[in-house]
Amino acid sequence: MSVPIAHVARNTFREAVRDRVLYNLIFFALLLVGAALLFGQISIGIQRIVLINLGLTAISVFGVVIAIFIGIGLVSKEMEKKTLYTILSRPVRRWEFIVGKFGGLAWTLVVNTFLMAVGFFAALLLLAHHFERADGWLLVAIYFIILEFVVVTALALLFSTFSSPVLSAVMALALFVIGTFAEDLRAFAAMSHGATRLFATLAAYVVPNFASLNVISSVAHGQPIAASLILYNTVYSLLYAAAALCGAILVFEYRNLK
Amino acid sequence: MPAIETFQLEKSYTTGFWRKRRVAGLKPLTVAVEPGEVFGYLGPNGAGKTTTLKLLMGLIFPTGGSARILGMELSDRRMKSLIGFLPEQPYFYEYLTASELLEYYAQLSGVPGRERTRRVQEMLARVGMSQSARTQLRKLSKGMLQRVGIAQAILHDPKVVFFDEPMSGLDPLGRREVRDLIQNLKDEGRTVFFSTHILSDAEALCDRVAILHKGELRGVGAVEELTARTQSKVEILFHGLPAITLLSALGAECHATGETVRAVLAESQQDLALDALRREGARLISLTPVRATLEDYFIERLGERMDAAEVRR
Repeated sequence: MSVPIAHVARNTFREAVRDRVLYNLIFFALLLVGAALLFGQISIGIQRIVLINLGLTAISVFGVVIAIFIGIGLVSKEMEKKTLYTILSRPVRRWEFIVGKFGGLAWTLVVNTFLMAVGFFAALLLLAHHFERADGWLLVAIYFIILEFVVVTALALLFSTFSSPVLSAVMALALFVIGTFAEDLRAFAAMSHGATRLFATLAAYVVPNFASLNVISSVAHGQPIAASLILYNTVYSLLYAAAALCGAILVFEYRNLK
Repeated sequence: MPAIETFQLEKSYTTGFWRKRRVAGLKPLTVAVEPGEVFGYLGPNGAGKTTTLKLLMGLIFPTGGSARILGMELSDRRMKSLIGFLPEQPYFYEYLTASELLEYYAQLSGVPGRERTRRVQEMLARVGMSQSARTQLRKLSKGMLQRVGIAQAILHDPKVVFFDEPMSGLDPLGRREVRDLIQNLKDEGRTVFFSTHILSDAEALCDRVAILHKGELRGVGAVEELTARTQSKVEILFHGLPAITLLSALGAECHATGETVRAVLAESQQDLALDALRREGARLISLTPVRATLEDYFIERLGERMDAAEVRR
């Protein structure tokens, strides 16, 4: 890794860690995992399923919220506050800054997810008193959630390079919601005709397919995840994030700073 | 080889949504700054000073021309480690302490690990911030932030330092300290390029200055050379209010305090003024040549510009 990238990433991580909003979000996520434990206790026979569904969904939703709300300010805030002036006047290339920012936030999300996952597994242990072999698939679901964060972070960063934080948040959130229903969009494209079919097919392939990254329901029922899906999701997410990151670099490389 | 040189460097912006028009932020600028020089870049607010600095720092891209610093292109990464920059009203990461911020900037500037801590402490001491090294930047005053800003600009031992309005936000003592610091940088053989609209600072510090107005270079040269071009004036003190009319007719600016009148007029009108005083029976108290200041030159250049604009209208 280029040295400036590592320094920018480390500082981005430090900024996120010192942000109180982050702790509030983690607290609420853990609270929701705790609440899942309660819901589980009143759901006779399906406690585990309820706990896994609610717990992993909480980790995913709060992580996406963190990714969007920190991601949208990664570049625009630096431009607005002019902190970029003293960075880019040093031997730091613009693309290194973007990649460093991305790396810092992605690492923050990995650490957060780890902390929330510890809370989640503690709740699971509290409920069931032991782990089952099928619980290993929960780790795969958490890995997919991290891939989801990587894609969302790259998209938020891309929007952050050319629009205001509010507009970036709206676009990133909209893309996340559409991407969650990507499979439905594909099904709709298959059913429609003419220009609608063309447009829906195009949209279905352009938006990130978050639906395929969501295996929470399957792992809650103890169903295994195919190795091919793990490979496919890994390659797809990394390529999608890389494309969004390249877009962000391309925009930022030629941008005049106000 | 000049430390800084620009060739027809220019920047224009497109404004308007439907009816687009181009606005010049900086008209073609050709200027050279020699190594070891303290170069003042002067102009009123909105003259294009910050635009020039942003172009030189690679923060915005020129629409024409080119520039080199230490003989290297602006995109050259090696050049960036040899320059320091203090932006106007700098903002820093407020969640960091002063020493953490400098440590971060030292890392980005490629200061080796062993040397880093020593350099950071040295710089904090140099700008009088050692006591506040562990205070988060959000808790520092504007003046203290400016000091941190100066420290980050010289932290990595740059050969050329760019300051954008370095005295801004400082109290008189702080301004004096910055003036001393710029003088020290010059004594160390560094090139200093600083923009300001405070002319007394430029006059006290600069080897040469450039005057910019509405994005256009209006004059460049040594301070003495520029002020010598300004029309010399004399100050006449006398008793005799009736003579005011005659002196005013010669273009003098007259201010009366009781019986005493202070008149300032062009040196070329001195003899005519003395004749007028004699005729009116006024009593001469003193006649003193007035040394032209940079401010006089500055106002003269801007005045010329305004006159020309009025004639065009």
